[in-house]
Amino acid sequence: MEEKVDFNLNETAKDMYKEYILELYRNPNNFGKLKKPTFEHKEYNPLCGDEIEISILIENECVKDINFRGKGCVLSIAAASLITDKIKGMNIKDVLILNKDDLLNILQIPITITRLKCILLPLEAIKICLRKNGKSSS
Amino acid sequence: MQINDKIVKKIKKDFPIFENNPGLIYLDNAATSQKPLQVIDSITSFYKKENANIHRGFYKLSENATKRYEDSRLIIEKFINAEHGEVIFTKNTTESINLLSYCITPLIKEGRNEILLTEMEHHSNLVPWQEFAKRHNFKIKFIKIKEDFNLDYDDANKEIGEKTALISMVHVSNSLGIVNDVKKLVEIGKRSGAITIVDAAQSVSHMKIDVKEIGCDFLAFSGHKMLAPFGIGVLYGKKELLEKMIPFNFGGDMIKSVSYENATYNDLPMKFEAGTQNIAGVIGLAEAIKYLEYIGMENIKRWEKELLVYSVNKIRNIKGIKLYLSNVDLNSSIFSFNLNNAHPHDVVTLLDEDGIAIRGGHHCCMPLMNKLGISGTCRISFSFYNNFEDIDKLINSLNKINQIFNR
Ligand SMILES: Cc1ncc(COP(=O)(O)O)c(C=O)c1O
Repeated sequence: MEEKVDFNLNETAKDMYKEYILELYRNPNNFGKLKKPTFEHKEYNPLCGDEIEISILIENECVKDINFRGKGCVLSIAAASLITDKIKGMNIKDVLILNKDDLLNILQIPITITRLKCILLPLEAIKICLRKNGKSSS
Repeated sequence: MQINDKIVKKIKKDFPIFENNPGLIYLDNAATSQKPLQVIDSITSFYKKENANIHRGFYKLSENATKRYEDSRLIIEKFINAEHGEVIFTKNTTESINLLSYCITPLIKEGRNEILLTEMEHHSNLVPWQEFAKRHNFKIKFIKIKEDFNLDYDDANKEIGEKTALISMVHVSNSLGIVNDVKKLVEIGKRSGAITIVDAAQSVSHMKIDVKEIGCDFLAFSGHKMLAPFGIGVLYGKKELLEKMIPFNFGGDMIKSVSYENATYNDLPMKFEAGTQNIAGVIGLAEAIKYLEYIGMENIKRWEKELLVYSVNKIRNIKGIKLYLSNVDLNSSIFSFNLNNAHPHDVVTLLDEDGIAIRGGHHCCMPLMNKLGISGTCRISFSFYNNFEDIDKLINSLNKINQIFNR
Protein backbone atom coordinates (compact mmCIF):
# COMPACT_ATOMS: atom_id res chain seq x y z
CA MET A 1 0.00 0.00 0.00
CA GLU A 2 2.85 2.35 0.82
CA GLU A 3 3.68 4.22 -2.32
CA LYS A 4 6.56 6.58 -2.74
CA VAL A 5 5.60 10.01 -3.96
CA ASP A 6 8.35 11.36 -6.13
CA PHE A 7 9.09 15.03 -6.36
CA ASN A 8 7.28 15.84 -9.58
CA LEU A 9 6.88 19.41 -8.38
CA ASN A 10 10.37 19.96 -9.76
CA GLU A 11 9.14 19.70 -13.31
CA THR A 12 6.67 22.51 -12.91
CA ALA A 13 9.13 25.04 -11.59
CA LYS A 14 11.51 24.35 -14.47
CA ASP A 15 8.67 24.63 -16.97
CA MET A 16 7.37 27.86 -15.50
CA TYR A 17 10.70 29.66 -15.46
CA LYS A 18 11.56 29.11 -19.11
CA GLU A 19 14.33 31.23 -20.52
CA TYR A 20 11.97 33.37 -22.65
CA ILE A 21 9.84 34.07 -19.56
CA LEU A 22 12.91 35.15 -17.62
CA GLU A 23 14.00 37.29 -20.55
CA LEU A 24 10.61 39.03 -20.55
CA TYR A 25 11.08 39.68 -16.84
CA ARG A 26 14.52 41.22 -17.36
CA ASN A 27 13.44 43.23 -20.41
CA PRO A 28 9.67 43.55 -20.41
CA ASN A 29 7.75 44.70 -23.48
CA ASN A 30 5.61 47.83 -23.30
CA PHE A 31 7.15 48.82 -20.00
CA GLY A 32 6.61 52.42 -18.97
CA LYS A 33 3.88 55.01 -19.13
CA LEU A 34 2.20 56.49 -22.22
CA LYS A 35 2.61 60.25 -22.57
CA LYS A 36 -1.02 60.98 -23.43
CA PRO A 37 -3.11 57.98 -22.40
CA THR A 38 -6.87 57.89 -22.82
CA PHE A 39 -7.26 55.77 -19.68
CA GLU A 40 -5.05 55.03 -16.68
CA HIS A 41 -5.39 52.65 -13.79
CA LYS A 42 -3.35 51.30 -10.88
CA GLU A 43 -4.09 47.89 -9.42
CA TYR A 44 -2.59 46.39 -6.29
CA ASN A 45 -2.49 42.88 -4.94
CA PRO A 46 -1.74 43.21 -1.23
CA LEU A 47 -1.31 39.45 -0.83
CA CYS A 48 1.70 39.39 -3.16
CA GLY A 49 2.61 43.03 -2.83
CA ASP A 50 2.39 43.28 -6.62
CA GLU A 51 1.60 46.64 -8.17
CA ILE A 52 0.73 47.43 -11.75
CA GLU A 53 -0.05 50.72 -13.43
CA ILE A 54 -1.71 50.60 -16.83
CA SER A 55 -1.92 53.41 -19.38
CA ILE A 56 -3.96 52.89 -22.54
CA LEU A 57 -4.46 54.91 -25.70
CA ILE A 58 -7.83 54.26 -27.35
CA GLU A 59 -8.76 55.09 -30.95
CA ASN A 60 -12.04 54.03 -32.57
CA GLU A 61 -12.91 51.68 -29.72
CA CYS A 62 -9.58 49.93 -30.25
CA VAL A 63 -6.43 49.71 -28.13
CA LYS A 64 -4.00 51.80 -30.12
CA ASP A 65 -1.19 51.58 -27.57
CA ILE A 66 -0.68 50.29 -24.06
CA ASN A 67 2.05 50.48 -21.43
CA PHE A 68 2.44 49.04 -17.97
CA ARG A 69 4.81 49.59 -15.11
CA GLY A 70 5.05 48.34 -11.57
CA LYS A 71 6.60 45.56 -9.60
CA GLY A 72 5.86 41.92 -9.32
CA CYS A 73 7.23 38.46 -9.66
CA VAL A 74 8.70 36.98 -12.83
CA LEU A 75 5.39 35.46 -13.82
CA SER A 76 3.31 38.60 -13.40
CA ILE A 77 5.80 40.78 -15.31
CA ALA A 78 6.06 38.23 -18.12
CA ALA A 79 2.27 37.96 -18.25
CA ALA A 80 1.93 41.75 -18.38
CA SER A 81 4.49 41.87 -21.18
CA LEU A 82 2.67 39.33 -23.31
CA ILE A 83 -0.89 40.43 -22.63
CA THR A 84 -0.09 44.04 -23.50
CA ASP A 85 1.47 42.78 -26.76
CA LYS A 86 -1.59 40.71 -27.47
CA ILE A 87 -4.24 43.39 -27.01
CA LYS A 88 -2.56 46.07 -29.07
CA GLY A 89 -4.98 46.71 -31.96
CA MET A 90 -7.76 44.74 -30.34
CA ASN A 91 -11.29 46.01 -29.96
CA ILE A 92 -12.20 46.92 -26.35
CA LYS A 93 -15.09 44.48 -26.39
CA ASP A 94 -12.78 41.62 -27.33
CA VAL A 95 -10.29 42.53 -24.63
CA LEU A 96 -13.03 42.41 -22.01
CA ILE A 97 -13.80 38.77 -22.76
CA LEU A 98 -10.21 37.51 -22.51
CA ASN A 99 -9.85 34.99 -19.71
CA LYS A 100 -7.43 32.78 -17.85
CA ASP A 101 -7.26 30.22 -20.64
CA ASP A 102 -6.31 32.87 -23.19
CA LEU A 103 -3.54 33.94 -20.85
CA LEU A 104 -2.24 30.40 -20.45
CA ASN A 105 -2.25 30.09 -24.22
CA ILE A 106 -0.24 33.23 -24.63
CA LEU A 107 2.23 32.32 -21.89
CA GLN A 108 2.75 28.73 -23.06
CA ILE A 109 3.79 27.52 -19.62
CA PRO A 110 2.04 25.41 -16.97
CA ILE A 111 1.05 27.44 -13.95
CA THR A 112 0.64 25.90 -10.51
CA ILE A 113 -2.58 26.77 -8.66
CA THR A 114 -0.85 28.93 -6.11
CA ARG A 115 0.80 31.06 -8.79
CA LEU A 116 -2.29 31.58 -10.96
CA LYS A 117 -3.15 34.88 -9.33
CA CYS A 118 0.29 36.22 -10.33
CA ILE A 119 -0.47 36.00 -14.04
CA LEU A 120 -4.08 37.16 -13.68
CA LEU A 121 -3.34 40.54 -12.12
CA PRO A 122 -2.22 42.38 -15.30
CA LEU A 123 -5.27 41.27 -17.30
CA GLU A 124 -7.55 42.12 -14.39
CA ALA A 125 -6.01 45.56 -14.16
CA ILE A 126 -6.51 46.16 -17.88
CA LYS A 127 -10.14 45.06 -17.75
CA ILE A 128 -10.90 47.16 -14.68
CA CYS A 129 -9.26 50.12 -16.41
CA LEU A 130 -11.38 49.71 -19.53
CA ARG A 131 -14.64 49.08 -17.65
CA LYS A 132 -14.19 51.88 -15.18
CA ASN A 133 -13.42 54.45 -17.86
CA GLY A 134 -15.89 53.03 -20.35
CA LYS A 135 -18.66 53.73 -17.86
CA SER A 136 -17.71 57.27 -17.00
CA SER A 137 -17.32 58.30 -20.64
CA SER A 138 -20.58 56.82 -21.91
CA MET B 1 22.20 13.10 23.96
CA GLN B 2 23.73 16.13 22.26
CA ILE B 3 22.26 16.75 18.82
CA ASN B 4 24.81 16.67 16.05
CA ASP B 5 24.80 16.01 12.33
CA LYS B 6 24.95 12.25 12.87
CA ILE B 7 22.10 12.19 15.38
CA VAL B 8 19.96 14.32 13.07
CA LYS B 9 20.28 11.62 10.42
CA LYS B 10 18.82 9.19 12.95
CA ILE B 11 16.12 11.63 14.08
CA LYS B 12 15.04 12.16 10.46
CA LYS B 13 14.20 8.47 10.28
CA ASP B 14 11.44 9.10 12.81
CA PHE B 15 9.75 11.44 10.32
CA PRO B 16 8.17 9.41 7.49
CA ILE B 17 7.72 12.50 5.32
CA PHE B 18 11.43 12.39 4.48
CA GLU B 19 11.37 8.77 3.38
CA ASN B 20 8.29 9.41 1.27
CA ASN B 21 9.72 12.54 -0.35
CA PRO B 22 13.33 11.71 -1.13
CA GLY B 23 15.44 14.82 -1.32
CA LEU B 24 12.99 17.02 0.55
CA ILE B 25 14.70 19.80 2.48
CA TYR B 26 12.02 21.17 4.74
CA LEU B 27 12.74 24.68 5.98
CA ASP B 28 9.18 25.89 6.59
CA ASN B 29 8.78 24.69 10.14
CA ALA B 30 7.26 27.96 11.31
CA ALA B 31 4.27 27.22 9.08
CA THR B 32 3.89 23.72 10.40
CA SER B 33 6.27 21.07 11.65
CA GLN B 34 6.55 17.57 10.27
CA LYS B 35 5.17 14.76 12.41
CA PRO B 36 7.16 11.87 13.87
CA LEU B 37 5.95 8.30 13.55
CA GLN B 38 5.41 8.16 17.31
CA VAL B 39 2.76 10.89 17.04
CA ILE B 40 1.14 9.48 13.90
CA ASP B 41 1.01 6.02 15.50
CA SER B 42 -0.52 7.33 18.71
CA ILE B 43 -3.39 8.78 16.70
CA THR B 44 -4.04 5.79 14.45
CA SER B 45 -3.67 3.45 17.39
CA PHE B 46 -6.28 5.41 19.34
CA TYR B 47 -8.74 5.20 16.45
CA LYS B 48 -7.97 1.54 15.83
CA LYS B 49 -8.00 0.27 19.39
CA GLU B 50 -9.43 2.78 21.82
CA ASN B 51 -11.93 4.97 20.02
CA ALA B 52 -14.86 6.13 22.17
CA ASN B 53 -16.28 9.45 23.26
CA ILE B 54 -15.13 10.81 26.60
CA HIS B 55 -16.70 11.94 29.89
CA ARG B 56 -20.18 10.50 29.43
CA GLY B 57 -19.76 6.78 28.89
CA PHE B 58 -19.79 4.43 31.86
CA TYR B 59 -18.24 1.57 30.01
CA LYS B 60 -14.60 0.56 29.86
CA LEU B 61 -13.80 1.90 26.40
CA SER B 62 -15.15 5.34 27.20
CA GLU B 63 -13.52 5.41 30.61
CA ASN B 64 -10.21 4.55 29.00
CA ALA B 65 -10.64 7.32 26.40
CA THR B 66 -11.45 9.80 29.18
CA LYS B 67 -8.36 8.74 31.04
CA ARG B 68 -6.18 9.05 27.94
CA TYR B 69 -7.59 12.55 27.31
CA GLU B 70 -7.10 13.77 30.86
CA ASP B 71 -3.69 12.13 31.25
CA SER B 72 -2.65 13.95 28.09
CA ARG B 73 -3.80 17.22 29.59
CA LEU B 74 -1.57 16.55 32.61
CA ILE B 75 1.43 16.03 30.31
CA ILE B 76 0.71 19.29 28.49
CA GLU B 77 0.18 21.20 31.74
CA LYS B 78 3.45 19.90 33.12
CA PHE B 79 5.27 20.79 29.90
CA ILE B 80 4.56 24.50 30.40
CA ASN B 81 4.52 24.30 34.22
CA ALA B 82 0.80 25.13 34.53
CA GLU B 83 -1.45 24.06 37.38
CA HIS B 84 -4.09 21.42 36.79
CA GLY B 85 -7.12 22.86 35.02
CA GLU B 86 -5.21 25.74 33.47
CA VAL B 87 -4.82 24.18 30.01
CA ILE B 88 -7.84 24.55 27.75
CA PHE B 89 -8.00 22.81 24.40
CA THR B 90 -8.80 24.81 21.29
CA LYS B 91 -8.25 24.35 17.55
CA ASN B 92 -5.12 26.47 17.30
CA THR B 93 -3.46 29.68 18.45
CA THR B 94 -5.92 31.73 16.44
CA GLU B 95 -8.89 30.19 18.21
CA SER B 96 -7.21 30.59 21.60
CA ILE B 97 -6.81 34.32 21.01
CA ASN B 98 -10.33 34.64 19.62
CA LEU B 99 -11.64 32.88 22.72
CA LEU B 100 -9.88 35.46 24.85
CA SER B 101 -11.19 38.33 22.77
CA TYR B 102 -14.76 37.16 23.40
CA CYS B 103 -14.55 36.00 27.02
CA ILE B 104 -12.14 38.39 28.66
CA THR B 105 -14.46 41.34 29.34
CA PRO B 106 -15.25 40.38 32.97
CA LEU B 107 -11.52 40.73 33.72
CA ILE B 108 -11.13 44.23 32.36
CA LYS B 109 -10.93 46.86 35.04
CA GLU B 110 -13.20 49.92 35.07
CA GLY B 111 -11.98 52.88 33.07
CA ARG B 112 -9.46 50.96 30.99
CA ASN B 113 -10.03 51.11 27.26
CA GLU B 114 -6.68 50.54 25.58
CA ILE B 115 -5.08 47.44 24.13
CA LEU B 116 -1.33 47.30 23.74
CA LEU B 117 0.22 45.07 21.06
CA THR B 118 3.57 45.11 19.29
CA GLU B 119 4.28 46.15 15.71
CA MET B 120 5.33 42.59 14.87
CA GLU B 121 2.13 40.69 15.63
CA HIS B 122 0.83 37.89 13.45
CA HIS B 123 -2.63 38.75 12.08
CA SER B 124 -3.93 36.19 14.60
CA ASN B 125 -2.96 38.42 17.47
CA LEU B 126 -4.05 41.61 15.74
CA VAL B 127 -7.36 41.15 13.93
CA PRO B 128 -9.25 39.62 16.92
CA TRP B 129 -8.26 42.69 18.95
CA GLN B 130 -9.24 45.05 16.15
CA GLU B 131 -12.69 43.45 16.24
CA PHE B 132 -12.75 43.59 20.03
CA ALA B 133 -11.86 47.28 19.87
CA LYS B 134 -14.71 47.91 17.44
CA ARG B 135 -17.21 46.05 19.62
CA HIS B 136 -16.19 47.77 22.85
CA ASN B 137 -14.96 51.09 21.53
CA PHE B 138 -11.37 50.47 22.63
CA LYS B 139 -8.18 51.92 21.23
CA ILE B 140 -5.20 49.82 20.06
CA LYS B 141 -1.64 51.00 20.60
CA PHE B 142 1.55 49.41 19.34
CA ILE B 143 4.97 49.01 20.90
CA LYS B 144 7.40 50.15 18.20
CA ILE B 145 10.23 48.17 16.76
CA LYS B 146 13.64 49.75 16.44
CA GLU B 147 15.98 49.96 13.43
CA ASP B 148 17.49 46.62 14.43
CA PHE B 149 13.98 45.04 14.47
CA ASN B 150 14.02 44.56 18.24
CA LEU B 151 11.18 45.89 20.31
CA ASP B 152 11.67 49.30 21.84
CA TYR B 153 11.17 48.55 25.52
CA ASP B 154 11.36 52.23 26.40
CA ASP B 155 8.41 52.74 24.09
CA ALA B 156 6.59 49.91 25.88
CA ASN B 157 7.05 51.80 29.14
CA LYS B 158 5.74 54.95 27.49
CA GLU B 159 2.69 53.38 25.89
CA ILE B 160 1.52 51.44 28.92
CA GLY B 161 -0.50 53.21 31.56
CA GLU B 162 -3.59 53.25 33.71
CA LYS B 163 -5.75 53.06 30.57
CA THR B 164 -4.17 49.81 29.38
CA ALA B 165 -6.66 46.97 29.75
CA LEU B 166 -4.42 44.30 28.30
CA ILE B 167 -1.09 43.76 26.63
CA SER B 168 -0.73 40.91 24.13
CA MET B 169 2.57 40.09 22.48
CA VAL B 170 4.23 37.58 20.26
CA HIS B 171 7.05 35.66 21.95
CA VAL B 172 9.02 34.85 18.80
CA SER B 173 8.15 36.80 15.68
CA ASN B 174 7.17 34.39 12.92
CA SER B 175 8.37 36.72 10.17
CA LEU B 176 11.73 37.97 11.44
CA GLY B 177 12.52 35.51 14.21
CA ILE B 178 12.99 38.22 16.81
CA VAL B 179 12.80 36.78 20.33
CA ASN B 180 10.97 39.21 22.55
CA ASP B 181 11.71 39.54 26.24
CA VAL B 182 8.20 38.56 27.23
CA LYS B 183 9.12 38.31 30.89
CA LYS B 184 10.09 41.96 30.85
CA LEU B 185 6.94 42.97 28.93
CA VAL B 186 4.77 41.00 31.36
CA GLU B 187 6.45 42.83 34.23
CA ILE B 188 5.79 46.15 32.54
CA GLY B 189 2.17 45.14 32.00
CA LYS B 190 1.72 43.92 35.56
CA ARG B 191 3.12 47.09 37.02
CA SER B 192 0.28 49.06 35.52
CA GLY B 193 -2.34 46.42 36.26
CA ALA B 194 -2.92 45.18 32.70
CA ILE B 195 -3.89 41.64 31.70
CA THR B 196 -0.92 39.95 30.01
CA ILE B 197 -1.15 37.58 27.03
CA VAL B 198 1.64 35.78 25.18
CA ASP B 199 1.42 34.31 21.67
CA ALA B 200 3.82 31.39 21.99
CA ALA B 201 3.04 29.79 18.61
CA GLN B 202 6.66 30.14 17.47
CA SER B 203 8.44 29.54 20.75
CA VAL B 204 6.82 26.58 22.44
CA SER B 205 8.61 23.88 20.45
CA HIS B 206 11.94 25.69 20.26
CA MET B 207 12.69 26.62 23.87
CA LYS B 208 11.54 25.76 27.37
CA ILE B 209 8.32 27.60 28.20
CA ASP B 210 7.49 28.05 31.86
CA VAL B 211 4.32 30.06 32.35
CA LYS B 212 5.18 30.74 35.98
CA GLU B 213 8.56 32.10 35.09
CA ILE B 214 7.14 34.29 32.32
CA GLY B 215 4.41 35.30 34.74
CA CYS B 216 1.79 35.92 32.04
CA ASP B 217 -1.93 35.59 32.63
CA PHE B 218 -2.57 33.78 29.33
CA LEU B 219 -0.49 31.99 26.73
CA ALA B 220 -1.55 30.49 23.40
CA PHE B 221 -0.02 27.93 21.04
CA SER B 222 -0.82 25.45 18.25
CA GLY B 223 -0.12 21.74 18.26
CA HIS B 224 0.65 21.50 14.56
CA LYS B 225 3.76 23.68 14.88
CA MET B 226 5.16 21.35 17.55
CA LEU B 227 5.01 17.89 15.93
CA ALA B 228 1.33 17.33 16.80
CA PRO B 229 -1.59 17.00 14.37
CA PHE B 230 -3.63 19.85 12.91
CA GLY B 231 -6.71 21.02 14.75
CA ILE B 232 -5.43 20.98 18.31
CA GLY B 233 -4.30 24.08 20.16
CA VAL B 234 -3.94 25.31 23.70
CA LEU B 235 -4.96 28.28 25.73
CA TYR B 236 -3.24 28.50 29.08
CA GLY B 237 -4.84 30.80 31.63
CA LYS B 238 -4.42 31.44 35.33
CA LYS B 239 -7.12 29.59 37.19
CA GLU B 240 -8.56 32.53 39.10
CA LEU B 241 -8.89 34.45 35.84
CA LEU B 242 -10.42 31.62 33.82
CA GLU B 243 -12.95 31.19 36.60
CA LYS B 244 -14.12 34.78 36.26
CA MET B 245 -14.41 34.62 32.48
CA ILE B 246 -17.55 33.85 30.52
CA PRO B 247 -17.59 30.65 28.41
CA PHE B 248 -16.82 30.84 24.70
CA ASN B 249 -19.10 28.14 23.30
CA PHE B 250 -22.21 26.82 24.91
CA GLY B 251 -23.61 23.29 24.72
CA GLY B 252 -22.74 19.81 25.88
CA ASP B 253 -19.95 19.04 28.36
CA MET B 254 -19.47 22.64 29.46
CA ILE B 255 -22.47 22.47 31.79
CA LYS B 256 -23.15 21.11 35.28
CA SER B 257 -26.92 21.05 35.07
CA VAL B 258 -29.45 22.23 32.56
CA SER B 259 -33.16 23.00 32.79
CA TYR B 260 -35.34 24.17 29.92
CA GLU B 261 -34.74 27.74 31.00
CA ASN B 262 -31.20 27.81 32.27
CA ALA B 263 -27.84 26.15 32.77
CA THR B 264 -25.02 26.23 35.28
CA TYR B 265 -21.53 25.98 33.87
CA ASN B 266 -19.04 23.26 34.49
CA ASP B 267 -15.76 23.66 36.37
CA LEU B 268 -12.48 24.39 34.67
CA PRO B 269 -11.30 23.41 32.16
CA MET B 270 -14.54 21.87 30.86
CA LYS B 271 -16.30 25.21 31.08
CA PHE B 272 -14.38 26.17 27.95
CA GLU B 273 -14.59 22.85 26.13
CA ALA B 274 -18.11 22.66 24.74
CA GLY B 275 -19.08 19.75 22.55
CA THR B 276 -17.06 16.70 21.57
CA GLN B 277 -13.40 17.56 21.56
CA ASN B 278 -10.51 16.58 19.30
CA ILE B 279 -9.64 13.63 21.52
CA ALA B 280 -7.13 12.02 19.18
CA GLY B 281 -5.55 15.46 18.66
CA VAL B 282 -5.02 15.86 22.40
CA ILE B 283 -3.45 12.40 22.60
CA GLY B 284 -1.24 13.27 19.63
CA LEU B 285 -0.18 16.52 21.27
CA ALA B 286 0.83 14.72 24.47
CA GLU B 287 2.83 12.25 22.37
CA ALA B 288 4.49 15.17 20.55
CA ILE B 289 5.51 16.64 23.89
CA LYS B 290 6.96 13.31 24.96
CA TYR B 291 9.01 13.32 21.77
CA LEU B 292 10.21 16.92 22.30
CA GLU B 293 11.20 16.06 25.86
CA TYR B 294 13.01 12.96 24.71
CA ILE B 295 15.13 15.16 22.44
CA GLY B 296 15.29 17.82 25.17
CA MET B 297 14.24 21.45 24.91
CA GLU B 298 17.68 22.81 25.85
CA ASN B 299 19.22 20.52 23.27
CA ILE B 300 16.77 21.70 20.62
CA LYS B 301 17.42 25.35 21.37
CA ARG B 302 21.18 24.88 21.23
CA TRP B 303 21.11 22.96 17.94
CA GLU B 304 18.74 25.37 16.21
CA LYS B 305 20.94 28.26 17.25
CA GLU B 306 23.92 26.47 15.74
CA LEU B 307 21.97 26.04 12.51
CA LEU B 308 20.99 29.70 12.48
CA VAL B 309 24.50 30.99 13.10
CA TYR B 310 25.93 28.62 10.48
CA SER B 311 23.42 29.68 7.83
CA VAL B 312 23.62 33.39 8.55
CA ASN B 313 27.40 33.31 8.28
CA LYS B 314 27.15 31.63 4.89
CA ILE B 315 24.20 33.50 3.49
CA ARG B 316 25.79 36.86 4.33
CA ASN B 317 28.32 36.25 1.56
CA ILE B 318 25.73 35.91 -1.18
CA LYS B 319 25.84 38.96 -3.41
CA GLY B 320 22.75 41.15 -3.22
CA ILE B 321 21.31 39.50 -0.12
CA LYS B 322 19.42 41.62 2.38
CA LEU B 323 19.06 40.04 5.79
CA TYR B 324 16.44 41.19 8.29
CA LEU B 325 18.37 40.29 11.39
CA SER B 326 18.50 41.65 14.87
CA ASN B 327 22.08 42.56 15.67
CA VAL B 328 21.61 41.82 19.34
CA ASP B 329 21.73 38.05 19.25
CA LEU B 330 20.83 35.18 16.99
CA ASN B 331 18.69 33.15 19.28
CA SER B 332 15.76 31.84 17.35
CA SER B 333 15.17 29.28 14.66
CA ILE B 334 13.80 31.73 12.09
CA PHE B 335 15.33 34.31 9.79
CA SER B 336 14.18 36.37 6.81
CA PHE B 337 15.93 37.71 3.74
CA ASN B 338 15.44 39.08 0.27
CA LEU B 339 17.57 38.30 -2.74
CA ASN B 340 18.38 41.25 -4.99
CA ASN B 341 15.07 42.51 -6.27
CA ALA B 342 13.65 39.05 -6.74
CA HIS B 343 10.08 38.62 -5.61
CA PRO B 344 9.96 36.17 -2.67
CA HIS B 345 7.43 34.03 -4.56
CA ASP B 346 9.91 33.52 -7.39
CA VAL B 347 12.65 32.53 -4.96
CA VAL B 348 10.33 30.04 -3.28
CA THR B 349 9.25 28.43 -6.55
CA LEU B 350 12.81 28.22 -7.80
CA LEU B 351 14.06 26.70 -4.54
CA ASP B 352 11.29 24.17 -4.81
CA GLU B 353 12.92 23.01 -8.00
CA ASP B 354 15.74 21.71 -5.82
CA GLY B 355 13.37 20.15 -3.31
CA ILE B 356 13.81 22.98 -0.82
CA ALA B 357 10.64 24.14 0.92
CA ILE B 358 10.68 27.64 2.38
CA ARG B 359 8.05 30.35 2.66
CA GLY B 360 7.92 33.67 0.87
CA GLY B 361 5.49 36.53 1.30
CA HIS B 362 4.10 38.65 4.08
CA HIS B 363 3.87 35.80 6.64
CA CYS B 364 0.56 37.12 7.98
CA CYS B 365 2.36 40.28 9.12
CA MET B 366 1.20 42.80 6.51
CA PRO B 367 1.48 45.87 8.77
CA LEU B 368 5.07 44.97 9.63
CA MET B 369 6.00 44.42 5.97
CA ASN B 370 4.49 47.80 5.12
CA LYS B 371 6.51 49.40 7.86
CA LEU B 372 9.67 47.83 6.49
CA GLY B 373 8.67 49.05 3.03
CA ILE B 374 8.67 45.59 1.47
CA SER B 375 5.98 43.31 0.10
CA GLY B 376 7.44 40.30 1.83
CA THR B 377 10.50 38.25 2.63
CA CYS B 378 11.86 34.78 2.09
CA ARG B 379 11.77 32.98 5.40
CA ILE B 380 13.83 30.06 6.62
CA SER B 381 12.60 28.33 9.75
CA PHE B 382 14.43 25.40 11.29
CA SER B 383 13.51 22.45 13.35
CA PHE B 384 15.86 20.13 15.24
CA TYR B 385 15.68 17.65 12.35
CA ASN B 386 17.46 20.06 10.01
CA ASN B 387 21.22 19.85 9.59
CA PHE B 388 24.19 21.63 8.02
CA GLU B 389 23.77 19.67 4.83
CA ASP B 390 20.29 21.17 4.39
CA ILE B 391 21.81 24.62 4.72
CA ASP B 392 24.65 23.93 2.29
CA LYS B 393 22.11 22.86 -0.31
CA LEU B 394 20.04 25.96 0.36
CA ILE B 395 23.07 28.21 -0.14
CA ASN B 396 23.94 26.40 -3.34
CA SER B 397 20.47 26.88 -4.76
CA LEU B 398 20.34 30.52 -3.71
CA ASN B 399 23.59 31.14 -5.57
CA LYS B 400 22.05 29.55 -8.66
CA ILE B 401 18.89 31.66 -8.39
CA ASN B 402 20.99 34.73 -7.86
CA GLN B 403 22.53 34.21 -11.29
CA ILE B 404 19.09 34.25 -12.90
CA PHE B 405 18.27 37.60 -11.40
CA ASN B 406 21.73 39.10 -11.84
CA ARG B 407 22.07 38.45 -15.54
C1 LIG C 1 3.33 34.03 15.86
C2 LIG C 1 2.12 33.31 15.38
N1 LIG C 1 0.94 33.51 15.98
C3 LIG C 1 -0.16 32.86 15.59
C4 LIG C 1 -0.15 31.98 14.54
C5 LIG C 1 -1.42 31.31 14.13
O1 LIG C 1 -1.35 29.95 14.32
P1 LIG C 1 -2.54 29.02 13.83
O2 LIG C 1 -2.68 29.27 12.37
O3 LIG C 1 -2.08 27.65 14.14
O4 LIG C 1 -3.74 29.43 14.59
C6 LIG C 1 1.04 31.74 13.88
C7 LIG C 1 1.08 30.82 12.72
O5 LIG C 1 1.70 31.05 11.73
C8 LIG C 1 2.20 32.42 14.31
O6 LIG C 1 3.37 32.22 13.69
